[in-house]
Amino acid sequence: MARKEYAFYPGCSSQKGASASNYLVSVESMCKTLDIKMTEIPDWNCCGASVSYAESGELPRIAMNARNFALAETNLPGQDIVATCAACWLGSRESKERLEHNSGLMADTQTALKEAGLQIKVIPEIKHMVEVLIEDLGYDELKKPVKKPLQGMKFAGYVGCQTNRPFGISGESFENPMYLDRLIETVGGEAVKFDQKVTCCGGALAFSEPEKAQGQIKDIIEAAYDGGAEMIVTPCPLCQANVEVYQGQINKKYGTKFDIPVLYYSQLMTLAYGGSAKEAGLNGNVVRARKLEEFAGK
Amino acid sequence: MSDMNTQMAERYKNNFLKEIEEQAEMGEWVKMCMQCGLCSGSCPTNFHSGWDHPPQEIFMLIRAGKREEVLNAQGMYMCTSCYNCYVRCPRKVPVTHVMHGIAEYAYRIGRAPKTQPTMHLSKTFWTNATKNGRVNEVQLTQSLYFKDGISAGIKKAMEMQSVALGLVKAGRLNLLEAVGIAHKCKDVKGIHAMLAKAKELEAKRKEAKA
Amino acid sequence: MAETKTAAYICKGCEIGTRLDTAALVKAATKSGKMNLVREHDFLCSADGVAMIKNDIENEGVTHAALCACSRRAKTEAFNFPTIAMSRGNLREGVIWIRPDTDEARETTQEMAEDYVRMACAEVKAMTVPPGNQKTGAVKTLLVVGGGMSGMTSALEASKAGYKVVLVEKSSALGGWAAKLYKRVPTREPFKAPEDNGVADMAARIEADSNIKVYLNATIAKTDGAPGRFKVEIAVESGAIAQEDIGSIIQATGFTLYDANKLPEFGYGKSANVVDQAGLEALAKTAAAAGKPICRPSDGQPVKSVVFIQCAGQRDNSGKHLPYCSGFCCNTSIKQATYFKDSNPDIDTVVLFTDLRTPGNGEDFYRSAQNRGVVFSKGVVSQVVPNGNSCTVKFKDLILNEDTEAHADLVVLATGMVPVSGVNIDAPVVAAPVEAETAVEGEAPKEVVATIAPESILNLTYRQGPDMPQFKHGFTDSHFICFPYETRRTGIYTAGPVRRPMDIMQAQEDATGAAMKAIQAMENAGLGKAAHPRAGDLSFPTVRLEGCTQCKRCTVECPFGAIDEDEKRFPLFNESRCRRCGTCMGACPVRVISFENYSVNTVGAQIKAVDVPDEFSEKPRILILACENDAYPALDMAGMNRHAYDPYVRVIPVRCLGSVNTIWITDALNGGYDGVMLMGCKHGEDYQCHFVKGSELGRYRLSKVGDTLKGMNLETDRVKDIEVAITDMATLPQKINEYAALIKSFPPSPFKGF
Repeated sequence: MARKEYAFYPGCSSQKGASASNYLVSVESMCKTLDIKMTEIPDWNCCGASVSYAESGELPRIAMNARNFALAETNLPGQDIVATCAACWLGSRESKERLEHNSGLMADTQTALKEAGLQIKVIPEIKHMVEVLIEDLGYDELKKPVKKPLQGMKFAGYVGCQTNRPFGISGESFENPMYLDRLIETVGGEAVKFDQKVTCCGGALAFSEPEKAQGQIKDIIEAAYDGGAEMIVTPCPLCQANVEVYQGQINKKYGTKFDIPVLYYSQLMTLAYGGSAKEAGLNGNVVRARKLEEFAGK
Repeated sequence: MSDMNTQMAERYKNNFLKEIEEQAEMGEWVKMCMQCGLCSGSCPTNFHSGWDHPPQEIFMLIRAGKREEVLNAQGMYMCTSCYNCYVRCPRKVPVTHVMHGIAEYAYRIGRAPKTQPTMHLSKTFWTNATKNGRVNEVQLTQSLYFKDGISAGIKKAMEMQSVALGLVKAGRLNLLEAVGIAHKCKDVKGIHAMLAKAKELEAKRKEAKA
Repeated sequence: MAETKTAAYICKGCEIGTRLDTAALVKAATKSGKMNLVREHDFLCSADGVAMIKNDIENEGVTHAALCACSRRAKTEAFNFPTIAMSRGNLREGVIWIRPDTDEARETTQEMAEDYVRMACAEVKAMTVPPGNQKTGAVKTLLVVGGGMSGMTSALEASKAGYKVVLVEKSSALGGWAAKLYKRVPTREPFKAPEDNGVADMAARIEADSNIKVYLNATIAKTDGAPGRFKVEIAVESGAIAQEDIGSIIQATGFTLYDANKLPEFGYGKSANVVDQAGLEALAKTAAAAGKPICRPSDGQPVKSVVFIQCAGQRDNSGKHLPYCSGFCCNTSIKQATYFKDSNPDIDTVVLFTDLRTPGNGEDFYRSAQNRGVVFSKGVVSQVVPNGNSCTVKFKDLILNEDTEAHADLVVLATGMVPVSGVNIDAPVVAAPVEAETAVEGEAPKEVVATIAPESILNLTYRQGPDMPQFKHGFTDSHFICFPYETRRTGIYTAGPVRRPMDIMQAQEDATGAAMKAIQAMENAGLGKAAHPRAGDLSFPTVRLEGCTQCKRCTVECPFGAIDEDEKRFPLFNESRCRRCGTCMGACPVRVISFENYSVNTVGAQIKAVDVPDEFSEKPRILILACENDAYPALDMAGMNRHAYDPYVRVIPVRCLGSVNTIWITDALNGGYDGVMLMGCKHGEDYQCHFVKGSELGRYRLSKVGDTLKGMNLETDRVKDIEVAITDMATLPQKINEYAALIKSFPPSPFKGF
């Protein structure tokens, strides 16, 4: 038996062929090393994300999340739900909070769930993968399996918004959370000074109003370079995508020469644990992390 | 839809604050704002053009009963859901959610601007996500690009071609999704039934308040 | 009195013994100090050391002791020998801790220590044991002037502590402004609902209290005497005068609202529907009594909309209205807004503010009003236009940055507080107006002026004037930074809004504090002890009248009004009003005023005791006269933090810069000192002087020293005066060193060796 077992909520972007599929690959490798068993919640659905606010309405959005709770509870009783995506985590936690504090909302939600043949008894704890790592395991445990420390590599730890606000990681400040820097240091890397650690990447506005979001992304990348970073690390799929994939367009528009890889913490950990480039999902990076690819090959 | 707008305006007479409190999600928080302006100062999109009224002003306008100005405002659609205002508000007003709530209400009564891109994304996202229970990223992108018609869509798609190509190469964009061969929930039917019920209950709840 | 026997004790503890040649110190005490008995001890403040001194006092007849150990501020409990005169030589904080432990520093450090030993010996020989004031009164009755919330609180608190109280109220009932309130701002969790004003309960408790004697419809006709022996005449309704013997006094005369008639632009006086906060309370009381909602005064119809205008006539920088914030009015408007919302949630209730300030737990109350639906808008009102039974309030919305308006049945102006503080004794006397015919023939026109000034409250017979000194904006003075209850009239305390703007809760806290201080003042007066800040000091000023030239400087300068003039125009000291600051002593040009333990001689002897090396030694001598309240502790703390400073300075603590007599400076310069540095507290508007005016008066006196220096053909920069706060321990050594460097840049004093 694995030392920890969780009901896994990968979320839409982490699916095969989706925009954060390499996140999933690296998380699976990392969990394997750490002896964490992640069982996907059967037939999970989308959390609705915060951007769906206009059409969804409160109850339908919460019903979507409640369905996941009911499925997890029924199929994986006693297990905490773990999300890797910031939006999934936020949507689920927010729904859990509102349901537990509003009996009317809970009653209506149960009525809706009944239509799908489900019901909620107890809402499981909702955790972000990072919480599993630093709270359930702890930095010391994370350090133990490190075989190849990422010595001499400089990373900008980009926490972004939704892994940080409004819930955040327990004990961390909203303005300057330190956990990502500590994770980087745990696997032997150097966390550089990074002014834009919790700046918004533009979120969904990167799709709808790219010119506005790209201005913000430019500031974030510039700050990473200013701090002397070679790569950016993030826990959030949307941050990762937004900061990575628009670099070409930003270069065209602003005359910059951005070419900085943007990675997930799980990719660093997989590599430090001795995993291959493939196991770390490095092939999924649009801006190739050549330094890490070489490192993995050694 | 504009009928709904007139109906609501009449129902609440001149009391727009009450209208928002009862009809918009988290609207009951509007009165608790103490006008410090921290939300506006914390907003990452505050400094971009297109911002007519930041949250502080929207709160003030509601309290001053300026219905038209609020419903015509662009500010609430600028939200990136970064939650800066939410965590910084000294009054613990969930500013992010209030902004979403007002946007949703404006949309519900047919007052949201039809061409507002983020509103469009918002609607599209929900439709897309609930169709099969999971998001189809390709179709989502397509419908976004083509919102202004086919030629504009092609132009936009061409602009974004390099981005898309990069993602395809990295295995993070599955073109098969375009034709619907994609991830989906098994119990789509159940989900649809559940959502229909939820929508019905929510409408009843809002109706009962007025 | 027993024969004088002097003793010096040299402590070797705390490294004094290893850093210094104590044998040489013993020699200094014996030879230069000429002490009858000199002892060393390894650890003077230990039980053994203290027992040694006690034994010397009891069995050897020691009457004067110089303790050369640590600072006079340290080990005061161990070194407590009240029966003898005692001085302290500061070898620890003043010498070894501010000097580096190096070979090159050793010689100058040792010289410093020997000087301090000589100074301590010289000082103690010039001192006598203070016998304590024999002329004190022992009355233990507290007079409270003003029967509002503050006054009632002081009276009840003093009674609870076991003291008799005389409470004088000018109106016909107790309660003051609070009695006019329909309800008061909440004082208890969860701070959501207005509460009963609490007046009836307090008034009943006072009535039932046998310790408290109440005079209603009464005023103070005359206050004579001093703490512990005030004679107070109370004018009662019948016109008769009641006499009361009083120990100490609390003035709690409160405030009036700023006159809304001065705000015609807000429609006050033009429309009955524009009221001030008191007007609204009256409307609310009437409505509650009739069981009706609050109605418009113009036509008696229920109010459907109300606008509150905050800061009306307040926080004004045009000079027309009150410049300050009254602190209570935001909470009051919030409370009054709830009167409307609690009776009918549909009443449009708007508060127009620029900055909502809700001290105490007002923030919770503010939230509760928001929850009730009171609308708070940030805006500045320019005009209120009455039209018929309603008003148009024109204002600039500060958030939306636009001019806009609101319509209201009723407008409430939050006009703030004006203290009722009596006559401004410091106001320049204006020439009498031509109404002189009303004056009695033959009387000075000054009397006419008095008739047009505000009425006096205390009618003090003090030389300085009939009322308490005022500070900013007409509020009575208090030591606002360090000792808020202290005033410049010993034994008389002010409490509540007469002292600074405050709400009921703050006023009650203030009144409790003032009661405690007033009790302390009575008790101290009875024992002949000084009040704050030299609490417990038994010395008091004595004057050698034969030498007095009746120049009146002492009577004028005394910051506490302690000195009157007798019929022959000689100074007449009221010792229990005295705070022992020594300002009179510093002011006296013929030096006839002294304290037993602090005099021109005690300091002068120390100045003379310092060994001034000749001009070829390149060892200048710099005298520092340091205020004992801030500068001396700062110097001690510099020592504790081992911040080194120049070895050529010799520090003498003084009670206040105000006590510095210029003779010390001329004596020092004549004696070959190269410079004199004075350290006192900040003076002026944000003064930190513990005696309020002492440092200011001292500095004024010192400003004339330049002429003396010129007369002596010396550089005027040789005398320097600096402001020192107790927190300056790190920067003070630097300032000393800079000054020492300047002195070293001058040629040595030509007066050395004379």
